[in-house]
Amino acid sequence: MAKGFVAVTVERCKGCGFCVEFCPTHVLALSSAFNSKGYHPPYVVASDKCSGCDLCGMYCPDFAIFGARYAR
Amino acid sequence: MNEMAIEMEIPEDAFNPVEPFLRMERMPHIWCPGCGIGTTVNCFVRALLSSKANLDNVAIVSGIGCTGRVAGYARLDSFHTTHGRAIPFATGLKLANPKLQVVVYSGDGDLFAIGGNHLIHAARRNMDLKVICVNNMIYAMTGGQTAPTTPGTAVTSTAPYGAYEPSFNLVALAEAAGASYVARWTTYHVTQLARSMGEVLNKKGFCFIEVLSPCPTLYQRRNKMGDGLETMKYYKQASKIRNGAPTGECALSKSGEIVVGKFVDRDRPDYLELMRAQMSETLGSRFAEPEVPVCSL
Amino acid sequence: MHADPKGVLTGVHFLDGDHACCEGALAAGARFSAGYPITPSTEVVERFAARIPTVGGIFIQMEDELAASIAIQGAVWGGAKAFTVTSGPGFSLMMEHIGYAAMTETPCVFVNVQRGGPSTGLPTLPAQADMMQARWGSHGDYGIIALTPNSPQECFDLTIQAFNLAEEFRVPVMMMLDECVGHMTEKVVIPKADSIEITPRRFTQRAVDQFHVFEPDEHLVPEMAKAGDGYRFHITGLTHDERGYPSMNVEVQDRLLHRLQDKLKPLANGRAIAETEDLDDAEVVVVSYGITSRVAQRAIQLARQRGIRVGKFRIIQAWPFPEQRIREIAGRIKAFVVPEVNLGQMVYEVERAAAGKAKTIPVPHAGGGVHHPQTILDAILEAARI
Repeated sequence: MAKGFVAVTVERCKGCGFCVEFCPTHVLALSSAFNSKGYHPPYVVASDKCSGCDLCGMYCPDFAIFGARYAR
Repeated sequence: MNEMAIEMEIPEDAFNPVEPFLRMERMPHIWCPGCGIGTTVNCFVRALLSSKANLDNVAIVSGIGCTGRVAGYARLDSFHTTHGRAIPFATGLKLANPKLQVVVYSGDGDLFAIGGNHLIHAARRNMDLKVICVNNMIYAMTGGQTAPTTPGTAVTSTAPYGAYEPSFNLVALAEAAGASYVARWTTYHVTQLARSMGEVLNKKGFCFIEVLSPCPTLYQRRNKMGDGLETMKYYKQASKIRNGAPTGECALSKSGEIVVGKFVDRDRPDYLELMRAQMSETLGSRFAEPEVPVCSL
Repeated sequence: MHADPKGVLTGVHFLDGDHACCEGALAAGARFSAGYPITPSTEVVERFAARIPTVGGIFIQMEDELAASIAIQGAVWGGAKAFTVTSGPGFSLMMEHIGYAAMTETPCVFVNVQRGGPSTGLPTLPAQADMMQARWGSHGDYGIIALTPNSPQECFDLTIQAFNLAEEFRVPVMMMLDECVGHMTEKVVIPKADSIEITPRRFTQRAVDQFHVFEPDEHLVPEMAKAGDGYRFHITGLTHDERGYPSMNVEVQDRLLHRLQDKLKPLANGRAIAETEDLDDAEVVVVSYGITSRVAQRAIQLARQRGIRVGKFRIIQAWPFPEQRIREIAGRIKAFVVPEVNLGQMVYEVERAAAGKAKTIPVPHAGGGVHHPQTILDAILEAARI
């Protein structure tokens, strides 16, 4: 069971790839699907690896993703 | 989605911690894909949170340019002023109400070209201002012209055959002018940047943080240096953290080493402390403390 | 409300215009000034620097006029009444920020002690050649208020009025002195604080979610706020909507720009501040302001001695131009005579307002001195012969 989760606001994403690249546990990848602006948003490929560190949220220039720990 | 999307359970009350600090009704913002300005805003918000500042007392002042747009998106008392003049506006704001935490958030051209004179004097005075300078080495908003930070031989719209002017070393300039705190990070160094921003929110005096950021649409594209992600990877690979390094040895270049870190952190009396000391010394009991705020008649 | 006694130097004084202007600012409640030295205005801020530390406030000498003209606006949004002081070359540097003050509706006062121009010109000698610049000097369409004192006493009184008008209309106000009035020393009576009326800043009392920093009231003027009160407002020089958010389209531009000028219309009409004499049966009216009005006073006296029915219209509020009053007078006289220490500026406003109903005779002077009364008298005689 993962320690944390990520939530993506798909429509705000500009497909820059920062979150995918800098997630320390490689939770994300850019999808081949598009949002309505034509960008490829990230999607979760390894949910059990997510620690909720929110580095993705810190990097995202478009405020389109954030991570958090599950409350215990 | 084509791929096998893995569902994550997202708690109902989850929210992006940056959103309460933004004027969400104005989203999406105008910044390009891969631009680092939004990243610096995330760091700033984390710093505000960790400093436990009363946000009603935090005012943000910016100039003109892509970074200047930060003021318009921040849900604080925010002032989008004229090109190069955020610092003197911020000076007046701070002196009229010293209880305010006044942050200047602007770009390299705005703060160091047209605004250069004001920056050096505010640093000289040790005015209690926190200056965050996003340095993308270009005038982005107007289409990618040469900035005083554009490194030689980069191509810009006003240096189509390559720049040849020596470029400013912003951290050395800030230190020489008298800044009490000088640091440089890149948009890759989100944790350190947020920490630096938190430090300056708790420090009195003129504090300066330079943040290197990609401008993928203009600077990187014209110089065939890849997109925002490529630039972030370059920042990661080329950066060397040297806290306390002499700022004169921290000049930047087009694709060389990037020295980052906290270079200056000194204690000097700020402008108002100096003013009070001198006035009390000369006038004694006749010195009338400026009311805070200075007269709201 | 009444002035704060801390800033009122009650008594009978012998002061020059610059010094009296400073006292007017203090009496009006100004507690912040940012300035830069420039002849012949420097004494205003020198006195403020000497006075404010015992009154309670801040003076800061900035690194240039660009900084001074925006620092005062930062102070205004921090809650202070603020002003800056300059002369021609500095006034030119301040133009962008005068436009910013007009666009952001920031109440503040700019004092210009006019000197010979253009460029470095005649730093120690009088002129009145920045009058059009006061109105049109910044780019774009906007409005300002400008007052023209003609004595040190008026430098005191009108500076208070300048601050009051700035607060009432949420607009930058230009105090257009000239070097003569600024440097002449005369009796200045400063009354007790409780007989000086000042207009307090109209800080909003609304709830945070009910307040919009550019939402006009029934007089087309929005309420004010200051940083630190929790309103989290946004100010920008970009064309903006009532919330202050950039909104760059034709409709918002039209609405905003019209309101910035329309809100000042009462001053162009019935409320225009002027001093008039003998208008009822006049056939010639001398329109003048500042130091020229004192020379004109002598010329008018001489003309009356010769039996000419000459009236006086002394402009005290130059902008908005008192066009309604001039238009009304034009309908019943032969000619206006307009002496100015410039090569013709306000005379064109008179001509425009007169709309051909009366002749307009300019009496220019390139600057560096004042008219001889005979020169103005000659123009009056010429006007009377029409």
